[in-house]
Amino acid sequence: MTRMKLLKLSGFRYYVLLTLVLFFVSCGVPNNPYPKSEHDQEIYYSTFSEEPKHFDPAISYSSDEYKFIQQIYEPPLQYHYLKRPYELVPLTAEGVPQPHYFDANGQELPSNAPAESVARAVYEVRIRPGIMYQQHPCFAKTEDGEWRYRNLTKSDVKGFDEIKDFSMAGTRELIAVDYVYQIKRMADPSVSCPILSTLKDYILGMEAYSAAIANEQKDAPFPGVEVVDRYTYRIVLKTKYPQFVYWLAMPFFSPMPQEAIDFYSQPAVAERNITIDRFPVGTGAYRIETLLAHKEIILVKNENFRVARYPSSGEPGDREVGLLDDAWEIVPFIPRVVYKLEKEYIPRWNKFLQGYYDTSGLSSDTFDSAVTFNDTGDPGTSGAMRAQGIVLRTSVEPTTRYLAFNMLDDTVGGYSVEKRKLRQAISIVLDYEEFIEIFINGRGVSSHSPVPPGIFGYQAGEIGMNSYVYNWDAVKQRPVRKSVEEARRLLAEAGYPGGQDSKGNPLIVSFDNAWNSAGATPILTWLRNKLEQLGITMDARTTDYNRFRDKVKNGNFQIISWGWHADYPDAENFLFLLYGPNSKVLHEGENAANYDNAEYNKLFEQMKNMENSPERLAIIREMNHLLQRDVPWVFTYHPVTFGLSHQWVKNSKPSSLGYGSLKYLRIDTGQRTENRQAWNQPVVWPLWVCIALLILGTIPAVITIWKRERGAS
Amino acid sequence: MITYIIRRTLYAIPILIGVNITVFLLFFVISSPDQMAQRILGEKNITQSDVDNWKKQNGYHLPLWFNTKVSGTESFTQTIFFQKSVKLFFFDFGTSDSNNIDITAQISQRMWASLAIALPTFLVGVLVNITVSMIVAYYRATYVDFWGTILAVILMSVSMLFYIIGGQWVFGKILRLFPISGYDSGVDMLKFVILPVVIGIIGGVGTGIRFYRTIFLEEVNQDYVRTARAKGLSEAVVLFKHILKNAMIPILTNVVLVIPLLFMGSLVMEAFFAIPGLGGFTIEAIHAQDFAIVRSMVYIGSVLYIVGLLLTDISYTLVDPRIRLGSSAP
Repeated sequence: MTRMKLLKLSGFRYYVLLTLVLFFVSCGVPNNPYPKSEHDQEIYYSTFSEEPKHFDPAISYSSDEYKFIQQIYEPPLQYHYLKRPYELVPLTAEGVPQPHYFDANGQELPSNAPAESVARAVYEVRIRPGIMYQQHPCFAKTEDGEWRYRNLTKSDVKGFDEIKDFSMAGTRELIAVDYVYQIKRMADPSVSCPILSTLKDYILGMEAYSAAIANEQKDAPFPGVEVVDRYTYRIVLKTKYPQFVYWLAMPFFSPMPQEAIDFYSQPAVAERNITIDRFPVGTGAYRIETLLAHKEIILVKNENFRVARYPSSGEPGDREVGLLDDAWEIVPFIPRVVYKLEKEYIPRWNKFLQGYYDTSGLSSDTFDSAVTFNDTGDPGTSGAMRAQGIVLRTSVEPTTRYLAFNMLDDTVGGYSVEKRKLRQAISIVLDYEEFIEIFINGRGVSSHSPVPPGIFGYQAGEIGMNSYVYNWDAVKQRPVRKSVEEARRLLAEAGYPGGQDSKGNPLIVSFDNAWNSAGATPILTWLRNKLEQLGITMDARTTDYNRFRDKVKNGNFQIISWGWHADYPDAENFLFLLYGPNSKVLHEGENAANYDNAEYNKLFEQMKNMENSPERLAIIREMNHLLQRDVPWVFTYHPVTFGLSHQWVKNSKPSSLGYGSLKYLRIDTGQRTENRQAWNQPVVWPLWVCIALLILGTIPAVITIWKRERGAS
Repeated sequence: MITYIIRRTLYAIPILIGVNITVFLLFFVISSPDQMAQRILGEKNITQSDVDNWKKQNGYHLPLWFNTKVSGTESFTQTIFFQKSVKLFFFDFGTSDSNNIDITAQISQRMWASLAIALPTFLVGVLVNITVSMIVAYYRATYVDFWGTILAVILMSVSMLFYIIGGQWVFGKILRLFPISGYDSGVDMLKFVILPVVIGIIGGVGTGIRFYRTIFLEEVNQDYVRTARAKGLSEAVVLFKHILKNAMIPILTNVVLVIPLLFMGSLVMEAFFAIPGLGGFTIEAIHAQDFAIVRSMVYIGSVLYIVGLLLTDISYTLVDPRIRLGSSAP
């Protein structure tokens, strides 16, 4: 009887296993994570690694969020998709607005008027007629012309979680009022716009208007922004600020229909967690269909999107790689975009290799298996990647990384010749070409100034070289870092021969950081070893991020590692990081080194208000020279983005400033389906081996039981 | 028993107050309201006025414990502690600090994903652990016991991360039998759940076997086992009917306590398998210094732990009729 039961049990087990095997065989491609209904659909699959927090364009200030909201919201301007250096082009505007300058008497001034004479800078933005908003319940009206969704009660929205739960929707034309309304929203302290304090310094009357709104004076005047006519609005600045036009390409300056805020402000709607911060209302190529930020975000084509076309020109080389094949075609090409939350890199990477994600970034873990460098040092995909038809595209980010010396510090700061030489010696010995090779797999360009390649003001070659750290190799036509001996000589001249002061005390410098992960240890060791070559002892002071920020804020450090990603592609947005009145300690600015050189400050004030010109370039060069001489920073590197995409993704070009590029991508769905099938056929035979081993392993145990039971009876 | 439950529930109140105070203290020792605001507002172009504005908008402009600017009870009520923590006792979690999302809605949305992984892993895991442990106990002092114990030690010595990455690599990438990661609702959920559940079971089986085997072996030498054998019962009946029943107290102690905590999810498993559960929710909140979510999740965790202890006590009465809750020993 017991034996029979055991046999029955074994039979059942084998039945389950067999069913599983048949299940896998019948599934075709069982590892496909998408529903069957999506398999042949024209859908672009991508990922996000952190849940986006804000979709309100007045609040959002993160690239992780911009990649969503820039598909939905449309500021008046955008960056040209293909051209580099980055170039502003109209998005909803008729053209890129040119400022008109006026003096204190209201007399118009020429465009090259000195900043001191400019009392008002007026930007008039004319938007194109006929642009329509996406379908949205905030616009829905009844047959009587009344708002369908106003004065809603809790029972009206019972069970509602998303916008699509509202059965009616409407639209309306984009008008100038919407842009003005959004700028006024930014001034509202309750919105918590992160650039309010910056804009207050430029837009006329914004500070007073913001204070009035805080005091609930809703009708307070705001002379800095006004509606001119249905399609035109005007922004008035109280100073000359040529870079302001770049702000008009950022989501902050997107239009916001008042109907949306009226709709979302209803207590019953807000209580359902349906807010403007989660469900945007835009005119862009896409709208949000599904928002499950903890799992997936699905965008679909905005049915009301106007006729927009793929660019017909680009930078040299774009045509050759097929980036102009779709010139003049109507965009967007892809009707549906699915973003999946993937927090970990390894599963994300493996799913990209299986063809389930269309594009991927690269981490150090997989870099060597994906990228090879040719004889001239240019990167390309590895053999395995090429076999899969994976394409590599690289671009230098508009970012600068640096080590900042605290110029207020008694030891490493100061402006005397000796202090400069001390910092120059440290700059020489910290070999960031080596760092780039060891720690970031060559994904960086060593820097000679704050301005990265691709931004006006960057100069390659001998003219842009940091001559205090490098020598020019005329044969190889490239800069070569000065020797350690040279650094030791400088250190001795700085009063620290062999790394000791005149009293024989060793020179100890502290490196403050918030690098708490295990991966930071080799970097700290590298830094320590480099400084030891000069006899300098480095004290790595690692702390949590909050304490670190406090130290930077209060100037309680000697050296830190820091970085800056540009808001807009202008040298001013990098060189202001060392402008004296931007000192972190003294003025709460972004100048973490607290560098304050009167000559530099004067040049900066002159340069920031100039249009790009040879004169401006000369000033930038002079400013860079001052920085190279004074060394408030160790110029380290500008990161390079390595992006991989499958062969079926067309028109992919990395951009670190323009995130609204999804509309230009195209997918060859047939090719993708074919490759997915070929790459993902299940391997079942190991299951059979496991079953066989299980049977073999069970036999002696069954025999033992049988013997024991027989012995017992 | 009702009296016992009421008494234990009342005991829970000071515990929960203590937990609240401790969380509040720990959080604000590490992070001041200014630092919270800076973290949430971001890195760029933030001034003290932005920070002050954020604090005012989110109720962090008040003093932490005691407000000297007002008098009477308001000195206590007009504080961050009172404003933020007292509502928890009524399960009003409010909205998150970083993006004003409704925390209750998030919890109710995410707990199902956590349960979809944790519940089958737990149930099947317990069954597998007990079954394998009994088999090992059945074959005690044989090569099955010896090698089974060694295998268990090996299994429990391996990091869960290794099981996860290895499992994804073998079953998802090499054999291509399961999606490497992802999650869906309805029937489609099955293909995403199998792999993490199997890995979760394998990851816990080593510890489980060692634990339950010890329990069963302790029972094997009891007098009632000898009596059962003397009656001529088969070894299988002795094991599965008599020993299992008598080993239920330590099993329940280990098992029932865990059940309510299954809601809280697993950080590593959820992160690697892209499961939109509560494990990731809590850790993200800690990284983002979102005090509203942290205090809510800790509070729920504490409540669930207390419920688990209560359920454990109650479950004793079900398996052992000698146990009477609330009555003192004769």
